[in-house]
Amino acid sequence: MKTREYRLGVRQGFPVGMGYFSVSFGFGAMAAAQGITPGGAALLSATNLTSAGQFAGLTMILARAGLWEVILTTLVINSRYALMSLALSQRMGEKVGLLARMLTAFFNTDEIFALAMASHEPLTCPYLLGLGTLPLIGWTGGTLLGAMAGSVLPLNFRTALGVMLYGMFVAIVVPPARRERPVLMVVVAALVISCLFSWVPQLHGITPGAAIVVCTVGAAGLGAVCFPIEEEAE
Amino acid sequence: MNFYGYVLAMAVTTYLIRVLPMTLFRKPIRSRFLRSFLYYVPYACLAAMTFPAILGSTASALSGAAALAMAIFLAFRGKSLIAVALASSGTVLAVEFILSLIS
Repeated sequence: MKTREYRLGVRQGFPVGMGYFSVSFGFGAMAAAQGITPGGAALLSATNLTSAGQFAGLTMILARAGLWEVILTTLVINSRYALMSLALSQRMGEKVGLLARMLTAFFNTDEIFALAMASHEPLTCPYLLGLGTLPLIGWTGGTLLGAMAGSVLPLNFRTALGVMLYGMFVAIVVPPARRERPVLMVVVAALVISCLFSWVPQLHGITPGAAIVVCTVGAAGLGAVCFPIEEEAE
Repeated sequence: MNFYGYVLAMAVTTYLIRVLPMTLFRKPIRSRFLRSFLYYVPYACLAAMTFPAILGSTASALSGAAALAMAIFLAFRGKSLIAVALASSGTVLAVEFILSLIS
């Protein structure tokens, strides 16, 4: 283990770690409000390390969805990581071995991926593990503390903390939707389908997982057909 | 199936998505459709998960709607993730406090 590369990664991962801590606090509070133990919520965060996928998964577990439905939804929502892993893999080059790839793949979140791709450092195993260290600690620790706070705070504080997660989703979606018209169209399409599932009585039998999958595949598919992205936009 | 079984299934699924393109399947994705689709996935799913669910997540739909409006406004102005999240959370508390006063 090359300590210098690892420490450099840790330093550069610090802001993401802080951000994850505050956001996962909201996730923990929300999980606790739904009756999940702090330990269970922290375990979910420590093993999954993803916001949207965990949130959708939790919603479905609470709705007593089947295992395959949870797996399918996780697969669809997290499918974007496959693309990021491919891009990361190509930047790593042939020198990085199999074990190193298996270790660093776990830490491939949207933010860590963005950091790694923007970095001028060679993407070595110690450096990438360093990048992921504080985000993993922040994400897990924030979830744990949020869930602990959520189980003692009064109800109105718990729901207010749970809304933080939605606030974060809005903060991720709005800036690109404002900049790029195709993203705005995809978002509008997803909202329309999502509202149909909530408000049309005939569609109420559909489970939350299936609804999320249909919204995601429908809107993203529409976007891919109507507004294909530029070739190799890197 | 208990909670931990689900957690394990989700963790394995997510890890496989991340690890397979780094180890086994390392060819670039050529399909323009597939790359566009994967690019739009996060926006589609985050939007669908937020609305209209946010309206039902708080004690009254009004506080949820106010939180959403606040979040959109601040995100539009380019505020950071944390600022948007905290402000929407604070809006819920403020609106529900006002509602409790007038009801």
